[in-house]
Amino acid sequence: MSESAQETKIEGLKAELGKEARRAKLNFNELKSGGFIKQTQKDLFTVRLRCPAGLVTSEKLRKAAEIADRYGRGEVHLTVRQSVEVPWVNYRDFDAIVEELRAIGWSVASCGPRARVPTACAGCSYNPNGLVDTQGMCLEVDRRYFGTPTGLHKFKVSFSGCPIDCFRTREMDLGFQGVVEPELVEDICNGCELCVRNCEDGALQMVDGLPVRDPDKCIGCGDCVKICPVDAMVMARKGWLVRVGGKHGKHPLYAYEVANLTPDEGVFALMEKTLEWYRENGKGRERIGAVIARVGVAKYVDEVVKPLGLAAIERAEDRRKYRAGGNFHD
Amino acid sequence: MTDQTCDEKLDLRGVLCPLNFVQTKLKLEEMEDGQILEVVLDDGDPIRNVPRSVKEEGHKIVGVERREDSTYKILIRKLGS
Repeated sequence: MSESAQETKIEGLKAELGKEARRAKLNFNELKSGGFIKQTQKDLFTVRLRCPAGLVTSEKLRKAAEIADRYGRGEVHLTVRQSVEVPWVNYRDFDAIVEELRAIGWSVASCGPRARVPTACAGCSYNPNGLVDTQGMCLEVDRRYFGTPTGLHKFKVSFSGCPIDCFRTREMDLGFQGVVEPELVEDICNGCELCVRNCEDGALQMVDGLPVRDPDKCIGCGDCVKICPVDAMVMARKGWLVRVGGKHGKHPLYAYEVANLTPDEGVFALMEKTLEWYRENGKGRERIGAVIARVGVAKYVDEVVKPLGLAAIERAEDRRKYRAGGNFHD
Repeated sequence: MTDQTCDEKLDLRGVLCPLNFVQTKLKLEEMEDGQILEVVLDDGDPIRNVPRSVKEEGHKIVGVERREDSTYKILIRKLGS
């Protein structure tokens, strides 16, 4: 090889290295926002895709498959938080992947100390148990708060459409579960007692031929409304039961119920104010549940829920009806 | 409450969900608008689910009666075909 040819080759290599370095820098920025999770294997990462409410269009599914084929090993993993992630990806391919995702209006998810992609069940759009629009709400919360840094630890949010709580709002940093307040239209009721017999919480009793509700037992599932053959039991109000301070992990925490029948606007207000309160009161790598364990749930209710004018749940006895059982250690 | 005469009857005792609803639906499909179908359902899941699903399909429940053997007789008016 002639001297000049060798020089050209070296220049070419330098240019390649420069590109590589610039690429690596870009990657670090992408890495900061999360979504690329280091694997056991050298240079390999799992790329987590952003799937709020677990809704993934066929176009996105095809893109995930393409990415898995091109940059991974032709497989995806479905995460416990409804995301599609592509394992076995070399970090050198991050830029290309981000670009491919951007082209169809998609992006990677987040990890680290920030608000994560929120999850949701089918809600009222097609699930017969659903009371509220979990998916619509989840998408909007994702749009507004996804990736918000907490400065402390992760912040997980979920939406369940009814008290069956498939999306485990009790285990979220902030959880929203659909509830209704049933009401009887007395002159329509035919006294068939189906609602009374079907109430799993024993919250309805027949008094003088009509069902009467005990609000201290009613958890707002709406079964009485749905079973009523003559539509005498109606939904007087709908909203969200709000839970805060839950987590899973090595030492799980079950969340506190802090507000009831919260309207949709209250969800956004709570997201903002809760993140703010968490940043102000948290220390080190505490989850919000640990902060609440340390300062007391009353402080959270007083400083976040009440100033927003929401229907606060303050007393332990008002949380009793949402009881959970199992192996708890204090 | 069940003094209304019915046009068709279906005894769904011992039939599990969702087959009881499917049978109800198939029977209703054979019937004319405004006709009454009487179905007998077990307590528990069947009485919890079937009337609700029937309502969701747009029919009207015009009578509910608890019987001595803890089963239920419900009267359904077929609507909107």
